[in-house]
Amino acid sequence: MIAVSADADGSEKICRGNTAVSRQKGFAMETFTYYPGCTLRTKAKELDTYARASAQALGIALEEPADWQCCGGAYTTAKDEIATKLSAVRVLNSAKEAGQPLITVCSACHNVIKQTEYDITRDEEMASKVNNYLGLAEPYTGGTKVYHYLEMLRDVVGFDKLKEKVVNPFTGRKIAAYYGCLLLRPAKALAMDDPENPTIIEDFIRAIGGTPVIYAQRNECCGGYITMEDKAQAQKRSGSVMSSAEDMGAEMVITACPLCLYNLKKNSGSDLPVYYFTELLAEALGLKEASNE
Amino acid sequence: MNKNLKEQVLRSSGVNVLKCMRCGKCSATCPSYDEMEYHPHQFVYMVEKGDIETLMKSESIYKCLTCFACVDRCPRGVEPARVVEAVRLAAVRQQGGNRLEPSDIPALLDEDLPQQAIVTAMRKYAK
Ligand code: SF4
Ligand code: SF4
Ligand code: SF4
Ligand code: SF4
Repeated sequence: MIAVSADADGSEKICRGNTAVSRQKGFAMETFTYYPGCTLRTKAKELDTYARASAQALGIALEEPADWQCCGGAYTTAKDEIATKLSAVRVLNSAKEAGQPLITVCSACHNVIKQTEYDITRDEEMASKVNNYLGLAEPYTGGTKVYHYLEMLRDVVGFDKLKEKVVNPFTGRKIAAYYGCLLLRPAKALAMDDPENPTIIEDFIRAIGGTPVIYAQRNECCGGYITMEDKAQAQKRSGSVMSSAEDMGAEMVITACPLCLYNLKKNSGSDLPVYYFTELLAEALGLKEASNE
Repeated sequence: MNKNLKEQVLRSSGVNVLKCMRCGKCSATCPSYDEMEYHPHQFVYMVEKGDIETLMKSESIYKCLTCFACVDRCPRGVEPARVVEAVRLAAVRQQGGNRLEPSDIPALLDEDLPQQAIVTAMRKYAK
């Protein structure tokens, strides 16, 4: 298990976030339960910092529950796996108790939590086993609305509204969206976008003034955790993603997943820059310097 | 053929292997095709035949990326990745079946490796 411990820097940011929430409550501020996940607290701090700063500027309040645990990074599809599903159910239940929708930024957390929500609302046996373990005051059987941060931008803020708030547009920049696998699939559970012809990140790129680059490998896997098991396979997969983007003239690639970022940077052998989409968002909104202070 | 193992894999995966029409699309789309000895459509067929032990001994069970490409692209909704997962679990749950031990981790670390890679690999390769 990975212990979840906020460092001094991180907890200060949460406090600031919370003050902002209480100050603005009662106004037209939408409040979400925010699940950062273990990696956003450690190796992927930029993904988190820029997400928080940008949300605040867009009138979205993010409230982090006190007691979340790592989701485990991968959903176990096996029906006889119960313990591995509990942390996702706990955070779904925290959001339900707070009466808020749940939001995540990491593609993997988003995948695990949405698949858990999908199964617990449909599989009675799984729901009853999970609830036997958890012993909640009221059993959790689904109902929390789960958003990926990109869905919040599209469905709650709106890409048109976002466009109006951009102060540093990425005019003329050719940006390749990397979906990978976990943002889109399985489509019936994630219900985020068309899994074979997605547009959500390209629409985001347009909203911040850039030019999206479409390339064949944008929704194929980078290799993910195979980097721990078979480095050569991870190199082959991520190399193929990056050369596909390069061939179509991309100047940079953006992703929502810390493991994609790692594979595309370290295993691909390509020099094409790779960024988190939240970094471009913060830059477009003119928040990048402020959120690095 | 081992009947108990077959029952276990069918129950754990929740997959109806009889729905498969052997079109091979799952294997055609699998990003690990070259690294696998048995491919997704063969997992489905071999589970139907009850030939589970062969799969459990094959390196192929560690090559799946859980990318769900075969799940979304199968025209019959078979969801082959669930079968691969169930067979892998049957293997790693055995006594001494861990593919990866916590003591192996330090040697695999580098300064940029995200926690996500470690927790996911432990979930996939160990019990
Ligand atoms: S998916 Fe990732 S970052 Fe998210 S909690 Fe789980 S392992 Fe950690
Ligand atoms: S890390 Fe790779 S495995 Fe994960 S979502 Fe990204 S593409 Fe898929
Ligand atoms: S794609 Fe589906 S129907 Fe076709 S071989 Fe694979 S499992 Fe069978
Ligand atoms: S989930 Fe596994 S078996 Fe299916 S396509 Fe992806 S790597 Fe291949």
